[in-house]
Amino acid sequence: MLYFSKLRILFVTLFSVLFILIASSNLFKFDDSFFDKKINLGLDLQGGSYLLLEIDNEPVIEQKLQNLTTTIRNYFKEKNIKINNIKIDNQNIFFNVIDNDKQSVLDVFQDENSDLNPYYPRFKSHQLEIEDTGLNFKVNFSKQGLIKLKNSSQDQAIEIVRRRVDEVGTNEPNILKRGNNRILVELPGLDDPMRIKSLLGKTANLTFRFVTNDENDRFGVEKLKFENGLEEATVSKRIIISGENLLDAQPKMDTQTNQTIVSFTLDRVGAKRFGKATSTGIGKQLAIVLDGKIISAPVVRDTIASGSGQISGGFTFQTATDLALLLRSGALPAPLEIIEERTVGPDLGQDSINAGMIALAIGFILVIIFMFVKYKIFGLITNVTLIVNLFILLGVLTLFEATLTLPGIAGIILTVGMAVDANVLIFERIKEELKDETNNILAFDGGYTKSRTAILDANITTLLAAIILFFMGSGPVKGFAVTLGVGIFTTLFSVYFIARLFTSIYVSRNKNKEKLI
Amino acid sequence: MIAFNKYYNHFNLLSLALIVVSLLLLIFKGLNFGIDFKGGTLIELRASDSKINVSSLRDRFNQMDLGDVSVKKFGNDTDYLVKFENKDNKKNIIEEIKVNLDKSFGNNYDFRRVENVGPKVSAELLKSGVIAISLSLALMLIYIWIRFEWQFSLGAILALFHDVIVTLGVFSLFSFEINLSIIAAVLTIVGYSMNDTVVIFDRVRENLRKYSDIKIFELTNISINETLSRTIITSATTLLALLAIYFFGGEILKGFSLAMILGVVFGTYSSIYIANTVLVRLRVSQKTVLREDDKK
Repeated sequence: MLYFSKLRILFVTLFSVLFILIASSNLFKFDDSFFDKKINLGLDLQGGSYLLLEIDNEPVIEQKLQNLTTTIRNYFKEKNIKINNIKIDNQNIFFNVIDNDKQSVLDVFQDENSDLNPYYPRFKSHQLEIEDTGLNFKVNFSKQGLIKLKNSSQDQAIEIVRRRVDEVGTNEPNILKRGNNRILVELPGLDDPMRIKSLLGKTANLTFRFVTNDENDRFGVEKLKFENGLEEATVSKRIIISGENLLDAQPKMDTQTNQTIVSFTLDRVGAKRFGKATSTGIGKQLAIVLDGKIISAPVVRDTIASGSGQISGGFTFQTATDLALLLRSGALPAPLEIIEERTVGPDLGQDSINAGMIALAIGFILVIIFMFVKYKIFGLITNVTLIVNLFILLGVLTLFEATLTLPGIAGIILTVGMAVDANVLIFERIKEELKDETNNILAFDGGYTKSRTAILDANITTLLAAIILFFMGSGPVKGFAVTLGVGIFTTLFSVYFIARLFTSIYVSRNKNKEKLI
Repeated sequence: MIAFNKYYNHFNLLSLALIVVSLLLLIFKGLNFGIDFKGGTLIELRASDSKINVSSLRDRFNQMDLGDVSVKKFGNDTDYLVKFENKDNKKNIIEEIKVNLDKSFGNNYDFRRVENVGPKVSAELLKSGVIAISLSLALMLIYIWIRFEWQFSLGAILALFHDVIVTLGVFSLFSFEINLSIIAAVLTIVGYSMNDTVVIFDRVRENLRKYSDIKIFELTNISINETLSRTIITSATTLLALLAIYFFGGEILKGFSLAMILGVVFGTYSSIYIANTVLVRLRVSQKTVLREDDKK
């Protein structure tokens, strides 16, 4: 156990130096890209905002079912099958048919090539499930159908969220899917997420519709409140243009009225429709509706054929900027709710770093003094090992560009405290061996060999705990699991390679010394 | 040699009492769950005006109809921790609070940290915390069961349960807050306690093979003594590191390091006085380990 070949010494030295170099790249700038890596600081250390958003899919499901009733009715009409009493209740579509048609309806829904009810061969499931009691049918989304729907609304939503966050221009945002109905947004360096929160909280569903007094409008009407919540207007359900027709939107200053406005440009289809509507609707009020509220309802004075226009509505420059941003980035498929928020200000982050570093330094010094007092020369060996171990640990974290959190720093300090365990186990064993063994080298050899199972056992148990934490924990706690887990490996390396190298050199030079340890 | 075995019975009774009291506390008093597990909002606030103090803050927050509000000093004199239920899960609550506080205190305060955990998320976090702890206990059980004879496994697991239950009992007794980092601490305690027990058990097994004529009652004592200086040194260095975190690592890590300190103390104690006494009570002998060796 004590013998070290030259090659091995070289390997240990190179390995240690390499990681010390990598670790030091956190302090200096290296030109070489391999060395120029940094440990990422978690949001709790650098300050920033963590937002967990949940997509409310209920309205999407409602809307899809609504569309589906029309589709079902038309589909069977073509086949001369009459669908009666179709209605939606509690996310189910109910309808009934006459006796002769029952089987043909079922066949359409259960056919694997049905174009009404897509079949997913991979999951052996249709999009919709159909149940019949007599001549009454109940149709709803199958489990797979719901999953597909959620996945697709998540895909759309994450795209819109990304655009909105990018528009605000924070540095290196991290936007990730969580499950099939959540989106995680990490915004480093942002200490007041108010603006982003309010931007993400809006669906931004924009429509232009005529105000009407005709209760019997062909498309139906609805009463909508103005943004200020005081006035109301009856608005047709017919949509002239919607947010999808917008190419661009910008906040502007109207030089004539001195008001802040949002000017917009329409795509070709939108421009055509807008031109037609404004030419036939001169004198009528055109309501601009955002998320179910009327921003303003100006009177149409001229035909607008240019495909551009403007929205006024008593904006401040900030609200106009935000509205333009929302319109540019598009509407969310469904409302988002912020279900978890954690924001740390940058000065608290810095305080945490300072406190963590002070605790690390003090913990380190205490352990070093303790070990030196207790073991003298072998304490010194342990301490040198401990320092190298710390650098290797930091080097590994740097190499993998791991995220360091406050509990992560605690994990490093704890590693310092527990790292001596292996050396202590070995040294104590050597002491015991020396009681009946006069040959120093044999006693040391015995000490290393006989303590090995205990050391392995001890580290495996801690590693198991760290692994579970890594997979179950979130955010800062995960950082703790990482440092604790990596710490175990670096500790074993430094104990069995570095400390043993020093020990072997010392022992072979003092072969005949009495009371060696 | 210290006669640890003289007190096996006494300390078994003490541990039993500790466990019973802890369980009673956990059942009847319960744990003081933080917002991570209960849901709600937390604000860490730094004041730069002497007008701002616990009672003036409490007044302000109570007027805002936020449900249960708790206001505490946090670390030094200018920092405060405000927690409330946010029962209706109002959307722009933080902005509303800022507007409200501005009216009374102007610009003389600063939100250093804001955490808002919705009811759904907190329920999930609690569930995953319980799963994590159960899973780690189960994994330890499997590991020790593979590594040692069943008598040893039982001893180690009892010691483990003892440490977790009593640590949580202390948290219940003093109403210390349970948050995500406490779960991390408990898991680390599980690892540490196991580690400590396994080192002594390794020695017990080695000695069982070596001496056929020493009874387990004596043999555990010999083994404890032989590994004693390692036990002391390792727990001492670990405690030194933890004390450094407790006193210098900032307010946020206080609960975590406290739980760990308790865990290390209980873990060290239980390795000696629970794990080993189980071996004695199950009358483990040289045959126990030799039989197992034959199988292999």
